[in-house]
This record gives sequence, structure tokens and C-alpha cells, in this order.
Amino acid sequence: MQFDILLQQILNGLVLGSVYALVALGYTMVYGILQLINFAHGDVLMVGAMVGVTVVGVLAQSGVPGPVLLLIALGCAIPVCVLLSLFVERVAYRPLRNAPRLAPLITAIGVSIVIQTIAMIVWKPNPIVFPDLLPTTPIEIGGALLAPKQLLILVVSALMMIGLMTLVNRTKLGRAMRATAENPRIAGLMGVNANQVIAATFAIGAALAAVAGVLVAMNYNIAQFSMGFMLGLKAFTAAVLGGIGNLAGAVVGGLLLGIIESLGAGYIGDLTGGFLGSHYQDIFAFVVLIVVLVFRPSGIMGERVADRA
Amino acid sequence: MADSHKPFFPSFKDNPVAAYSAAIAIGVLLAVLPFVVGSQGNAWVRILDFALLYVMLALGLNIVVGYAGLLDLGYVAFYAVGAYMYALLASPHLSENFEFIARTFPDGLHNSIWLIVPLGAGIAALFGVLLGAPTLRLRGDYLAIVTLGFGEIVRIFMNNLNSPVNITNGPQGISNIDPISIGGVNLGKTQTILGIEVPSVHLYYYLFLALAIVIIVLTIRLQDSRLGRAWMAIREDEIAAKAMGINTRNVKLLAFAMGASFGGVAGAMFGAFQGFVSPESFTLMESIVIVAMVVLGGMGHVPGVILGAILLYAIPEVLRFVAKPAQELLFGFELVAPEALRMLLFGLAMVVIMLYRPAGLWPAPRHRDTRRAAAAPDPDQLPVLPSTDAAATGGALDAASPNGKIGGTR
Repeated sequence: MQFDILLQQILNGLVLGSVYALVALGYTMVYGILQLINFAHGDVLMVGAMVGVTVVGVLAQSGVPGPVLLLIALGCAIPVCVLLSLFVERVAYRPLRNAPRLAPLITAIGVSIVIQTIAMIVWKPNPIVFPDLLPTTPIEIGGALLAPKQLLILVVSALMMIGLMTLVNRTKLGRAMRATAENPRIAGLMGVNANQVIAATFAIGAALAAVAGVLVAMNYNIAQFSMGFMLGLKAFTAAVLGGIGNLAGAVVGGLLLGIIESLGAGYIGDLTGGFLGSHYQDIFAFVVLIVVLVFRPSGIMGERVADRA
Repeated sequence: MADSHKPFFPSFKDNPVAAYSAAIAIGVLLAVLPFVVGSQGNAWVRILDFALLYVMLALGLNIVVGYAGLLDLGYVAFYAVGAYMYALLASPHLSENFEFIARTFPDGLHNSIWLIVPLGAGIAALFGVLLGAPTLRLRGDYLAIVTLGFGEIVRIFMNNLNSPVNITNGPQGISNIDPISIGGVNLGKTQTILGIEVPSVHLYYYLFLALAIVIIVLTIRLQDSRLGRAWMAIREDEIAAKAMGINTRNVKLLAFAMGASFGGVAGAMFGAFQGFVSPESFTLMESIVIVAMVVLGGMGHVPGVILGAILLYAIPEVLRFVAKPAQELLFGFELVAPEALRMLLFGLAMVVIMLYRPAGLWPAPRHRDTRRAAAAPDPDQLPVLPSTDAAATGGALDAASPNGKIGGTR
């Protein structure tokens, strides 16, 4: 086992994992407050990627330098995703706050299908190419190579996570969010406007998803209407792995999942003597999830033992 | 569908004449239905056949989700297990790939339905226990995501188990599957019965109908059995159920196993009916659709679940036929591709139905209290917490909980 290959796999895993972490934060924030699996979150990410790729496509001939173009794409994707997410929350989730538990879940799945289908009609079913906006010469780190766009993903997601942690732990809105997650009724008695806090939560999650969407499209040079579903699922897995409702857990779960997938895909062939190939990559996420949950039923960092079901 | 204590159906005990005539009327209607629908083309009977398959699937899942309150998002795995089991046991695939099987069975593997149905149920039940065992301690959404992962694992294995040993033939799937034959009557061919030509799709319709009725009777009988009450007690409050002496581990495993076995039977039927299985038929979306059928119809309520299954399957299929002409009539050209329109309306229907009927289209009537008042108190009856309490303490998996404002956000 060569060290540089191992390092390469870990780096790739970190890049993948930080995207998972960004998306997982959106899931975990909403879950922490509403106990709702927001199935449409992955599709919000897809819309972000699609808006990004459209903006880049329109401005590609204008001579705007690549990094600026990327910023413009992000600047367009974020508001679109935030508005979409707020709209969905207002129309589809808010009326169901006190409904039986599975009702909002089914609505969320319905919303996910609707967003995907509309995206398929608007952007057509075929994948759209996302051009290279950044220099492509890779940077060498200890024998492993890191493309500038991968470095950008690492930096941007780290900054966004730090920003979110600060927001949640240091600001008034963050305190209101934590209070609502803890006990919405008592928080309401203390003067917290639950509707505003929940809307803010959805908006923040959507902004993170928009950034993740553009970054993913940039990383793989491709955007498609169906890209959000599997990514969303993996991110949700990451959130559960870390302990759902726990922000640090989402980050840990995301990074861990990314690294496990990357290492698993790289080494499973050697480990099983060629019996299982790298196309089993998608299995790792779920196998690890099941194993972790068997031993820690509330995730790696989840503390809530009380019955919330 | 003949059921003795639902308010919409006359009771066999109190009003036998009305009940039996209603049952006979429904029976005659169901018997002639394929011929009525089939006059417009056999494609419509095919839709009926699939609708019945989905009724079986939805009722199977209803045991896990509706009765026991365990959210299973990977139910399609059991459907897949049943379908693949039938495909392997009734196609040339194994003989072509394994010499020892070809040597042992020189005529190829062709197994009887009397072997396949119990085997399908058994193997799927085994998988159900396999899934259930490690997830016993998990609750709510943790369980949902693990079952979802289980479904994906099964699908990925089916997609990739074509090398180094070719078991499932990978993404190409297995074809040349024998049609079912019962007592020498091959359901894959048009048969002449009493001078009437009965096409293959009609024959399968009757087979599926018979199986669906068996499953319906079983689930209705289960509902008020000792086991059914134990499931519902777990659904309402697991800790209380345990305190009342229910062996929650065994009862939960039984829910997984029984739900899975229905899925396995439906899967075997699917494999035989299609003559072809591939991993594409067993995606996560399929699991989600089955969950939606149960929840939209009315969790835990058999007629509601049947209604949900038929509506969610049939309406998009009918749209497939209607969408194009309707659009040409309205706009003069095809504005949206039928497939896209179908998904769009499907998604919208899920949202709208849940918004206006959060407990489902046809939820379980809150008949427990009224029946308890009418009948003498039953010492065996398990105390079921009033679901209003459960809803107030975080919302239970209960179709019957009222949609009242509790105050605050939840």
C-alpha cells in the first residue's frame, strides 16, 4: 500500500465529505427543529447547480474571468434556492406542523418529485456541461494531487461551516433556533417567533445547499435534474451517522462518510481479492451506517436517548 | 374486501342477507371486470394486474408501517427477493451458468407454483428478519434510513452480482422466465374455458385477485388478533407495550417477517408475469411509492390501503393514455411529455392529499372505543394509550391522531 495513493484517497474523500457535510447540515438543522426529513433538500441543491450552470452558460462568451463568473453563479443560485425553500416550507410543510408524523414526510417526497420533474422539463433530461472556471494545474501535496477546484471546495465548505457554527452558537437567531429545537412551546413562551425561526432555518439550509450544488457541478463538470436525489440521500445518511439534529455530528458524519467511500472504492478490490469491485462504492455508506447504528442507535455524536418517535 | 366490522360493509352476523348479497355482487363485479375493461384492449387489463400486485405490496407494508408503526423505506427489497427467486428457479439462467445445476436438472429448472409461493414467502420473511434483527433498537427516522439503506444494498448487489460468478446477470437482468402454470394450465397462453377465450392477462388477473383476497383476509384477521393488538400497542407506545408483557423483540421481528413475506409473494408473481426481472424495477422510488400508497390511503386501515394502492398505481397509468390527446385538445400540441406530466401530477397529488387529508384518504375509523363500549370488557384487550396523548408528546405514528392545534409549533 503506497502512502501517496492512500493520501490521495483521503484527500478525495475529504473533498467529497465536505460536500456531504454542507448538505447534511441542512438536513440536520431542519430535523433538529421539526423532526422532519426534508426529502426535497437534495433537489434544492440540484436547482442551485442548475441555476449555476445556466448562469455560467449565458455568461461564458462575455469574457468575464472564471473565478468572478463562479461568484456570479453562486450569487444567483443562493437567492433562487432560498426563495424556493421558503416557498416549499410555507406551502407544503407549515400547514402540516401538527399532522400525524408521516404526513409531512410524504409531502416532502411529493415536493421532491415535483421539483425534479419541473427541473427536467425546464432544463431537459440530458446532463449539462459545467465548464472549467478555475486553473486546472493540480497542486502537489506529499505525492498526492489536489486540483484547485477541490481546494476551493475544502476552503469554502470549511468557511461556511465555521460561519454556521458561529451563527448558531453566538447570535440571537442561533439562540432562538436552539431554543426552538429544544422545546418549541417553551421557546414560544419566551417570545421566540417559531415561524420566523423555522423559515430562517430553511433559508440557511437552502443557502448551504445552493453553494454545495454549484460546487458539486463544478467538481464533476456536469449538472443534471436527477443529481440531487442520491447526493441528498448520502448526506442524510451522513447526518444520521453523526447523530441527527447535531450540527457537529453532521460535519463529522459527512467527512467520515466521504473518506470511507473514497477509501472503500479504492481498496475493496484488494481487500476481497478482486471479488467485489469499486462499483460497490455506494454500499459502504449504508453498511457503515447500519454497523454504527447497531452499536450507537443515536449516531456517533447524538445524545438524545429519549423516545422521540 | 368482505369484512365484518367496517361500517361501510354490512355485518355478516347482524345482517347476513345484505352482507352475502353485497359480497356476491362485489365478487361478480370483480370476475367480469377484466372482460369489461379488456374490450378496450388488453393493456388495460395489464394495468389491473399491476394494480393488484401493488395492493398485495401495500398490504404487506401496511403490517410493518400501519400496524406496527415501523417506518420501512426499503420494502422493495423483499419484492426484489421474491422476483429474483422466481426468476432463478424458473429460467435457464442458472443452468447456463452453473454446470452442476445443468447436470442435476437436465430439463432445466421449472418449478411448480405450489413450491414457489411458499418459498417466495419464506425467503422474503428470512430477509425481513435479517433486516429486522439489527434494527430492533432503532426508532423512527433512524429506522427509516437504515431500511432505505438495506433496500439500496439489495439492489446494488443484484446490479453487480454478475461477476466473478454470474448469479443475477447484473443490469441486464434475467429473461426467459417461465410463466406460471397451475394444474397443467399455462397462464402464459390464451386458454379456452367453457367455450370462452381467456387471454393470458385475464388469467393472471384471476390468480392475482385470488392472492390479493387471501392477503386481505389475512391482514384483516391479523388486525384483531393477539399479535395485531401487540403491534398496535408497540406503535402507540413501545415502552408501555413492553411493560404490559409484550415481547417487543419477537413481535417486531414477526411484523418484519410477515410484511416481507407478502412482498416476496408479490415479487414472485411479478417475475412470472413479466417474464423478465432486472434491478431497475426495484429502485428506492418504488419503495417510496409503496409507502405513499399506505400513508395516502390511510395507515393501518385495510380498505384505505387498498384504495391508496389502486389510486396511486392506476391514475398515473391512465394519465399515460389520456395525457397526450388531452393536451392536443387543450393546446393543440403536446406541451409536456406524458411521462413528465405523470410524475408531476403524481408528486402534486401526494402533496395535496396530505395537506387536505393528513391522516389519509380513508383513515381507520376510531372504532376501538365504540366497540369496547358495545361489547363486554375483554380481559385480553391490551390497553392502548389514547392517541391524542401520543400526538401531544411528539406525534405518534398514528393515522388516527387528530389534527388539532396543540399550541406552540408541535
